[in-house]
Amino acid sequence: MAKVMLDIINLRKSYGSDLVLHDISSTLAEHEVKVLIGASGSGKSTLLRSINLLEGIDDGQILLDGEDITAVGVNADLVRSQIGSVFQSFNLFPHLNVLQNITLAPRKVHGVPREESEAEAMQFLERFGLADKAKQYPDLLSGGQQQRVAILRAVITKPKVLLLDEVTSALDPILIAEVLALISELKAEGMTMMIATHEMGFAKRVADQVLFLHQGQILEAGSPHTILEDPQTPQLQSFLSALRDAGRL
Amino acid sequence: MSYQPSELRLQREAARRRASRRSTLIAILSTVVIGTVLTIAVTGAPGFKAVRQSFFSWHYATTAFPHVLSGLWLNLRVMVIASLLSFILGLLIAVARTSHSPVLYPLRILATTYTDIFRGLPLLLVLYLVGFGIPGLGFTWLTNSAVILGTVSLILTYSAYMGEVIRAGIEAVNPAQRMAARALGLTPTQTQRHVVLPQALRKVTPALLNDLISLQKDSGLISVLGAIDAIRAAQIDASQSFNFTPYVVAGALFVSLTIPLTRFTDWLSNKQDRARVQQGQW
Repeated sequence: MAKVMLDIINLRKSYGSDLVLHDISSTLAEHEVKVLIGASGSGKSTLLRSINLLEGIDDGQILLDGEDITAVGVNADLVRSQIGSVFQSFNLFPHLNVLQNITLAPRKVHGVPREESEAEAMQFLERFGLADKAKQYPDLLSGGQQQRVAILRAVITKPKVLLLDEVTSALDPILIAEVLALISELKAEGMTMMIATHEMGFAKRVADQVLFLHQGQILEAGSPHTILEDPQTPQLQSFLSALRDAGRL
Repeated sequence: MSYQPSELRLQREAARRRASRRSTLIAILSTVVIGTVLTIAVTGAPGFKAVRQSFFSWHYATTAFPHVLSGLWLNLRVMVIASLLSFILGLLIAVARTSHSPVLYPLRILATTYTDIFRGLPLLLVLYLVGFGIPGLGFTWLTNSAVILGTVSLILTYSAYMGEVIRAGIEAVNPAQRMAARALGLTPTQTQRHVVLPQALRKVTPALLNDLISLQKDSGLISVLGAIDAIRAAQIDASQSFNFTPYVVAGALFVSLTIPLTRFTDWLSNKQDRARVQQGQW
């Protein structure tokens, strides 16, 4: 049995009287890739944002590598430095070039000397075909390149878990493909990931398990094949048929 | 096969050339007409000869010039020091006002009160209060220097202005930037230092330069405390000769100091506007 990297226990969160996460429990083993699917507002983003402590939770616990990161008095900055996060809107720092964007966290958070972190970042950029962009500013890059840089920025510190929140939703199909190729490569290297996405084809290829969220609850969980081909609940059935009608399945 | 411009294109280009020639012609004509009208209006004024005598006398201009110029050297030093210190103090005020740290709560109140007071007080009043009030306290260890007290007054006023400008810049940085920095594990202080402030200052550079231009000319106001700056030097010359030309000399020197900075500010804000249009943020 592989080591449990992330253990989510009875997570509950509400905004006022709105229950957005309703007793969510799930575990993510080391090297496992879990994909969250569900309509907008189903709680996928809130779940990811709870894991990297950008949202406070009401009840329940989250254990990262056995350590309770939701405990009172936990050092949130330290926790976040062990979790990689990538967002829909890239959020690269526009005043820093690609290399500076990637090396900011290693240098300032992890105390890696500048030369060393730059050398490592250059290796990364070369491996993923972005070496010629090292000195460019984010504005001059395509959306796909920006998002790939954002992913590299998140993984260069070797996080225990990588959270990807609809990272391709702002991109056109060609750019989506290059971002997804990078994520597949990370999977091949054994990165532990939790991914919220609307790309079902990608979910099928990359997921070890798919979770279907509906109104803050996990309604179904299983292999991509069972979830996408053999939905049990009427909610998942109607979600999938809506995707099919939109030509996205 | 080589490209042959179509008849349509040639016609279009000819039309554009005609339009551009026409614009140039109109601009020249309009300049000549307005220039002539203004010249006639001014030189035709009944008191023109007397005004030219008392404001634009070449003789008095050349005799006053060295005095005014050495006074301007004082203005220049006051400007540089007041600009730097106003910026630094303004930056601290802005950071204090935008922070949410409970430790900084008293500082936040203090910074808000400070801004309210010195943004509202006319600079002339600050000069009187500081310049005459502080020596009036009678502390022997405190300076009585008009230059120093005048500079302090400028800093008090302009740090409040600049603090507000920088605060607006900090608040204009996209919150997602802060979130992304925190998600990488940066502390609030590191986020402010490496992510928020650099972007905020870039956004408000033209506005800050505008404040610097104002500060440059307001540095002449320290003359009310008796500091021998360009304006005071001009005043001394004028009172000896009963001719106002030295004031015009001082004015011309001040303008020649601010013009480069004004042009630079225009250039910079145009550049930023263009960049925004290119990114589709307009």
